[in-house]
Amino acid sequence: MKTVFDKSVPGRLGTVPGEARRKAADFLPADLLRAAPPRLPELGELDVVRHYTELSLRNFGVDGNFYPLGSCTMKYNPKFTECAAALPGFTDLHPLTAQLKGAGQYTQGALEVMYDLERLLCEITGMCDFTLHPMAGAHGELTGSMLIAAYHRDKGNKKTKVLCPDSAHGTNPASATIAGFEVVNIASRDGIIDPDALAEALDDEVAALMMTCPNTLGLFERNLPRIVELVHSVDALLYYDGANLNAILGKMRVGDVGFDVVHLNLHKTFATPHGGGGPGAGPVGVCGRLRDYLPISRVKKLEDGRFVLSYDHPKSIGYMSPFYGNFGVLLKAYAYILRLGREGLTRVSENAVLAANYLRKRLEDKLEIPYNRTCMHEFVASAVRQAENGVRALDIAKALLDRGIHAPTIYFPLIVKECLMVEPTETESKQTLDRFVDELTDILALADADPAAVQAAPVHTPVGRLDETKAARDMVLTHDL
Amino acid sequence: MIPDDLLYTRTHEWVLVEDGTVTIGITQFAQEQLGDITYVELPEPGDVINTGEEMGTVESVKAASELYAPVTGEVIETNTELETAPELVNEAPYGEGWLIKVRPAEDIDPEELLSPAEYHELLDTQAH
Amino acid sequence: MPYVPHTPGETAEMLATLGVSTIEDLFADIPPELRPKSFDLPQGLSEMEVLRRMQALAAKNRTDLVHFLGGGFYDHHIPKAVDALSGRGEFYTAYTPYQPESSQGTLQAVFEYQTAVCRLLDMECANASVYDGGSAIFEAMMMAVRQTKRTRLVVSEGLSPIHRIMLSSYTSNLRLELVTVPQKDGVTDLAGLTEAVDDKTAAVVVQNPNFFGSVADFTALFAHAREKKALSVVSVYPVMQSVLKTPGAMGADVAVAEGQSLGMPLSFGGPYLGIMASSKKMVRQMPGRIVGRTEDHQGRTGYVLTLQAREQHIRRAKATSNICSNQALCALRAIMHLCLLGPEGLVRTAELSMERAHYAVERLTALPGVTRLNDAPFGNEFAVRLPISAYEAVDKLTERGYVPGFPLGRYYKGMDDALLVACTEKHSFEQIGIMAEMLGGLL
Repeated sequence: MKTVFDKSVPGRLGTVPGEARRKAADFLPADLLRAAPPRLPELGELDVVRHYTELSLRNFGVDGNFYPLGSCTMKYNPKFTECAAALPGFTDLHPLTAQLKGAGQYTQGALEVMYDLERLLCEITGMCDFTLHPMAGAHGELTGSMLIAAYHRDKGNKKTKVLCPDSAHGTNPASATIAGFEVVNIASRDGIIDPDALAEALDDEVAALMMTCPNTLGLFERNLPRIVELVHSVDALLYYDGANLNAILGKMRVGDVGFDVVHLNLHKTFATPHGGGGPGAGPVGVCGRLRDYLPISRVKKLEDGRFVLSYDHPKSIGYMSPFYGNFGVLLKAYAYILRLGREGLTRVSENAVLAANYLRKRLEDKLEIPYNRTCMHEFVASAVRQAENGVRALDIAKALLDRGIHAPTIYFPLIVKECLMVEPTETESKQTLDRFVDELTDILALADADPAAVQAAPVHTPVGRLDETKAARDMVLTHDL
Repeated sequence: MIPDDLLYTRTHEWVLVEDGTVTIGITQFAQEQLGDITYVELPEPGDVINTGEEMGTVESVKAASELYAPVTGEVIETNTELETAPELVNEAPYGEGWLIKVRPAEDIDPEELLSPAEYHELLDTQAH
Repeated sequence: MPYVPHTPGETAEMLATLGVSTIEDLFADIPPELRPKSFDLPQGLSEMEVLRRMQALAAKNRTDLVHFLGGGFYDHHIPKAVDALSGRGEFYTAYTPYQPESSQGTLQAVFEYQTAVCRLLDMECANASVYDGGSAIFEAMMMAVRQTKRTRLVVSEGLSPIHRIMLSSYTSNLRLELVTVPQKDGVTDLAGLTEAVDDKTAAVVVQNPNFFGSVADFTALFAHAREKKALSVVSVYPVMQSVLKTPGAMGADVAVAEGQSLGMPLSFGGPYLGIMASSKKMVRQMPGRIVGRTEDHQGRTGYVLTLQAREQHIRRAKATSNICSNQALCALRAIMHLCLLGPEGLVRTAELSMERAHYAVERLTALPGVTRLNDAPFGNEFAVRLPISAYEAVDKLTERGYVPGFPLGRYYKGMDDALLVACTEKHSFEQIGIMAEMLGGLL
């Protein structure tokens, strides 16, 4: 399909405002001006609408496709939350308005949303305090890691290392590194953290253990109480990566069981859309001993019921975002939480876990399930048997695309060969789950009978398998290169 | 494929010592593990490399691997062909896909590197 | 229950398949002592009730104020087609395009976005976005630190104070030296910056127009940096960039921008858009996603995420950045916005905004005791000194429905009487006149 630059017609005007009476050259000396206007596409509004409508049809999304992408919680994004976030009373609000006198006198509604959302997230997780500033999950990890660094520095602790299990998301070690830590991997045993390996890795230099629970295999960390005790015994902190919170709403609160820092992914658990890669929101919750270090500003409720922004927190790690986080995303998550309430949120996890186990059970005689026991909201299958016949996890993923189903996460976590990580979420109907099983069964049968047919997939998508080596070697990164 | 006239490292570099110059590359095993190589980052002529320290990176589409200096010395030449044709490392890891030439700071002690037989043994243990 | 579709019969069937009698059986791994001590959330509400509450909250925000606030975040008109197109579920309910064959819509749009960014900034390569302008500057600095293997960073005080606070937070655990070169009456100190860039410097970081709205040419500074083998990073305002000398023409190595003005509503601080572009030789230092063009086995053109060996899911602790989710939907809005306006529309937007700002300067400096902070060239934003406290002026006028600007004393010492005023094409000349008259009434 042509690019929008190919379609440009010199001289055609789009949705342009009226002309100014005076030009840039009337206001600025020539040496400060650009030589020629930027070479942007010249198109009419309908040209643009057609182009991007056509492009949208070359995309899978939750609205059109089952999207069991493990670790990503691709649940349905309720439409009414979009309306809530699009209210002009929110979208038209300049962030500096809250920094005028009264620290928020003119933005009381927005501050109330933030205050209320922080309190709700505290109750959901059992943490003492929350910041809404981090703009994505990894940004939350960075914030959390910086809080850990600030805590230890303040206490005079000499801590240099952060531990991550080998099943961790790549963002965990990457985030800890930017917070100044050296990362040490610890090996899993039987799919979960091995307390003995942990004990061996723990010493006085360990600042924290970052963990995901249930972990990226979809398994609950059964040794959690022992892990908490071990980590705290060396004055290290326990970090909870909230990527998999969708499994435990109303069933366990991370604050109750001893986690010290947690980031949530509102774009996973709390149903805000992923937008093709973002924006997300990664609020961070802390236990009492870390609250002094939270980013500024903080939202406070005064005795008279008014809300203010407070900046006077000398131990704060500072600014993580320019203002108050991805506010538009926060609004959607807030509306979602209000809609579901206590009962609804508990049902989310119950049904997410039910759906994952249902799929695991129905697929267990078709695919290898390396840790085939009751899972939480997702499970990991492996195509090792099929791979002997030349059909790899990648081929199965591509064959699913041909049938209008988005592929599971493949080749992650790194500790399972030929893995397919399946997370159906609570919003998918039994019919959809059954159809997934049927299609996958069909693909696996084909993998035995005619491996080449599976290896050739996809054939019904706008393009076939793309040459990624060519892309990396040629580096055509814009229309002009 | 482990040529007899080379020495090796545990991190899968090979070393050719001749006439006071050391040529360095990565092994057949290493290039197979990485898959289609898309980019090679090397030190520049004049840089000094130190045994065991990182001296560059080899990237494929889905992986990246650090290169470790097998010897200490000054880089005198790099394989500039790789800038436009990194696939040479896949096609001829012991030939046109060589990486750098180094003037070693002191005589190479073969004992500090792996012999072809020792490297063979290493691959055998890693295969299991 | 909202958004859980199973009938009781279906739930029973699924449980039967699993051989358990209740859903609770599936949570047996979580022992009683780990169960919640409380889960005291409100009862769920209907869609209508939630919307009613959200409307009531929205109504408590004073979006009726006529304001002249900028500071890097501007109230430009967004063509309605941007909302209509970016609101298509195929785009906004998709994940990061890990499976390219089913994500060509997102991928091609990002490729087009990268192209537009490069053409606007006159640079060679762009990434698919980072969180915002501030995190983009941090990432640009880290690119320079890796590339030069140096740790000294020279930052102009003309760089947004909001972004500078972010930079000092982000770098607090890294062994880096941040040197801030003071601005002078709102003008970037080119001589001071030139002097500060030495042969230990990784990068010099400036902003154009700077936080006070002053426009400058950094060509000589960047040339000096190159002589010292330091890199040049410039943060720009995309709308004004349609008329201003480009980062590329000035010789910048990395150009970044807060992209909010390209189709993102102000929305109380986000989501916004971190734009990043660089020279081609620095592309491997770039953080985050990058889309490249390639083809399938039939020779059909397609797009993929490329150069992924830089990223956290492969490199882990050695990645160029920890970023995973970016601001993809905002980047999509930006390319749509740029296509709808085209070069003519973007230039007109800049010129209409400048015209209003220059009218505002005329009106304000005609008031007794009101002077410009400096005589530097400016675009759509400028700073004035008032004969009274700027806080007082802002407070009093805001009570009457007009926010005349932002008090600079909030971020700069000794500027309690200085006001930062921004105009866009959305201001009418009449509104500017009323604001000036109201301010005059205080003096």
